[in-house]
Amino acid sequence: MQRHDDLIMTEEQTHSDNTSSTPPAETGVKKSDTGQHDAPTKSERLTVGNLGVAFSGNSAIRNITMSFRDGKATAIIGPSGCGKSTLLRALNRMHDIIPTAKVTGEILLDGENVMQMDAVTVRRRIGMVFQKPNPFPTMSIFDNAVAGLRFNGITKRSLLKEVAEESLMKSALWDEVKDRLKQPAMSLSGGQQQRLCIARALAVEPEILLMDEPTSALDPIATAKIEELIHELKTSYTIVIVTHNMQQAARVSDYTAFMYMGELVETGKTRSIFTNPTKKQTEDYITGRFG
Amino acid sequence: MNNKPLLTDGMALILSYTPYYAIVTHCLSGCAGNGCTVFSQRTFIIAGQLLMSDIIAARSGTSSVRTLIGEAQSRIGDRVFYALCVLASVVILATIAGILFQLVSSSQLSIAKFGFGFLTGSTWDPVMEEYGARPFIYGTVVSSLMGLALALPLSIGIAVFLVEVAGLNVRTIASFLVETLAAIPSVVYGVWGVFVMVPFIQEKVGMPLAEKFGESIPLFAGPAVGPSLLSAAVILAIMIIPIITSITRDVMLAIPMSQREAAFALGSTKWEAIKIVIANARWGILGGIILGLGRALGETMAVTLVIGNSPYINSSILQPSYTMASVIANEFTEATSDMYLSALIEVGLVLLITTFVVNMLARFLVWSVTRRSIAGGRQ
Ligand SMILES: Nc1ncnc2c1ncn2[C@@H]1O[C@H](COP(=O)(O)OP(=O)(O)OP(=O)(O)O)[C@@H](O)[C@H]1O
Ligand SMILES: [Mg+2]
Repeated sequence: MQRHDDLIMTEEQTHSDNTSSTPPAETGVKKSDTGQHDAPTKSERLTVGNLGVAFSGNSAIRNITMSFRDGKATAIIGPSGCGKSTLLRALNRMHDIIPTAKVTGEILLDGENVMQMDAVTVRRRIGMVFQKPNPFPTMSIFDNAVAGLRFNGITKRSLLKEVAEESLMKSALWDEVKDRLKQPAMSLSGGQQQRLCIARALAVEPEILLMDEPTSALDPIATAKIEELIHELKTSYTIVIVTHNMQQAARVSDYTAFMYMGELVETGKTRSIFTNPTKKQTEDYITGRFG
Repeated sequence: MNNKPLLTDGMALILSYTPYYAIVTHCLSGCAGNGCTVFSQRTFIIAGQLLMSDIIAARSGTSSVRTLIGEAQSRIGDRVFYALCVLASVVILATIAGILFQLVSSSQLSIAKFGFGFLTGSTWDPVMEEYGARPFIYGTVVSSLMGLALALPLSIGIAVFLVEVAGLNVRTIASFLVETLAAIPSVVYGVWGVFVMVPFIQEKVGMPLAEKFGESIPLFAGPAVGPSLLSAAVILAIMIIPIITSITRDVMLAIPMSQREAAFALGSTKWEAIKIVIANARWGILGGIILGLGRALGETMAVTLVIGNSPYINSSILQPSYTMASVIANEFTEATSDMYLSALIEVGLVLLITTFVVNMLARFLVWSVTRRSIAGGRQ
């Protein structure tokens, strides 16, 4: 279903059924045929409508309406504090565990309302790599890699070994740790820990992978490997990646969303966002005039 | 430079044991200011734990103590602070040495007469001047371990509830109530125990147990009397629950949110995420256990009132027993002969050593269970 490449994610297209409540102003590119979709197309795995998150009543993000496509990587860019992580964490119900957080609006996973699904199921289907590496310090490297499998009740040793190797390979860590899998995860460097966290997220084979600045702690070589991995994963996963690195966004993503001060300013195909942004704020940001 | 980590190593160990000396002196001097000792013990334990974890780090290669000490020499303020720290630990060392010396020298008479037999002998007969402390050692260790076994699951359960389940308001109120329990003087617990708890345990727990299993299991042999090892264990459990609970709660609160998030993001259930938090908090929970054990081993007043004070070893937990702290408190004023007094002081010495040994064992136990990931004990 990736034929609709020319379709650009705007609220008008994907949510023609519920846009009446959303203010029209912020969203950008509107160049494709509208009115085509009464329901999200099949290629849109995950759609958010009029999403808002507030912490203790202070709005962090608001009026976010966009969709994430199957087999594509969507980059979220924007200055620090604009709400990229907050948006990402809303997608897999991570805000549930923060008592002060209140999420409003709609998130649909394959047409099903995420807010009404069982949170554990949601998170099994939507994996996440966090901004800061957070391996389990009480576990070995191996146990970290397969922690998610164990949470899901898989105990067969041979399978665990197989998956551990496979996912550590994917996250470009295997060669460095294959002889020390029993050692504590905290004996790894920060960048290695981050790659371990990526492996841990891949091991449970989520359908959608949310990555919050996954390479900010990595060197150029490991970064290149992770970017390669994203390219590879795209064929079977839906990927959402937050990044501060414009080149990275340009390299790995098919779609880009630019956020500013808690709002979605512009979203569209990465190429057109970078070559031909419709909003001045976007242009200023990607050309480095602020942020 | 080389012997400095060693010095800190020793300091940390001693710091974390200081509370027990406090308890022993406390019980010898017969005062009952519980709330305050609990807090000072806690401070000591936490300081000790922190240093311990630094030492663990030093052994595993990431030496924070070493770098700290290295830098300490470079600045005046640091040097002053360093000197103060050394001074503080020297004061503690000296206090401990002083107490040990005092106990050993005051019990010379009985040490010389009974030797090792003091520990193994079961006769405690002031009339015949024959003293053996085995029943007291047994009573102290068994009542404390039973108390701990009852208190530990409950305490961790309460802490999990406070940290992971309850909202902020409930947590604040419930925490306050739990901590209030720690400030109740032990004599109040004892009196409550005598009039309320002991009859209840005798009727509702002891008698049914003795009736059903008394014949077949020696542990529950009847007749179930009120004041017993079981009563002592229950009252000790009630007294140490606030200690273990509040330390476990504090340590769990200090575990970063990112650990829970990591678990949740992998599709864990709440319970699995809580297990991760508990695993992270295990060294702190151990600190709480050791502190609770220290309190239980040295507890005097409440136990004396409910344990029955009978200097015989009985395999049944429904029978009365006697503890080291209780015998000191009960008989210190009646100790008319020098030998009697000396024997009682030796009981104090044994109590001190028992506390040492039990804590060492507790540490070893946790260490051996978790050794494979020892360096992971830190965040
Ligand atoms: N748990 C929280 N409690 C209160 N406010 C929060 C919380 N998490 C985020 N915020 C607020 O929400 C806003 C957006 O934060 P967010 O972490 O999403 O930014 P970001 O775009 O990811 O920034 P960065 O690029 O620096 O990671 C910030 O103003 C932040 O202070
Ligand atoms: Mg962020």
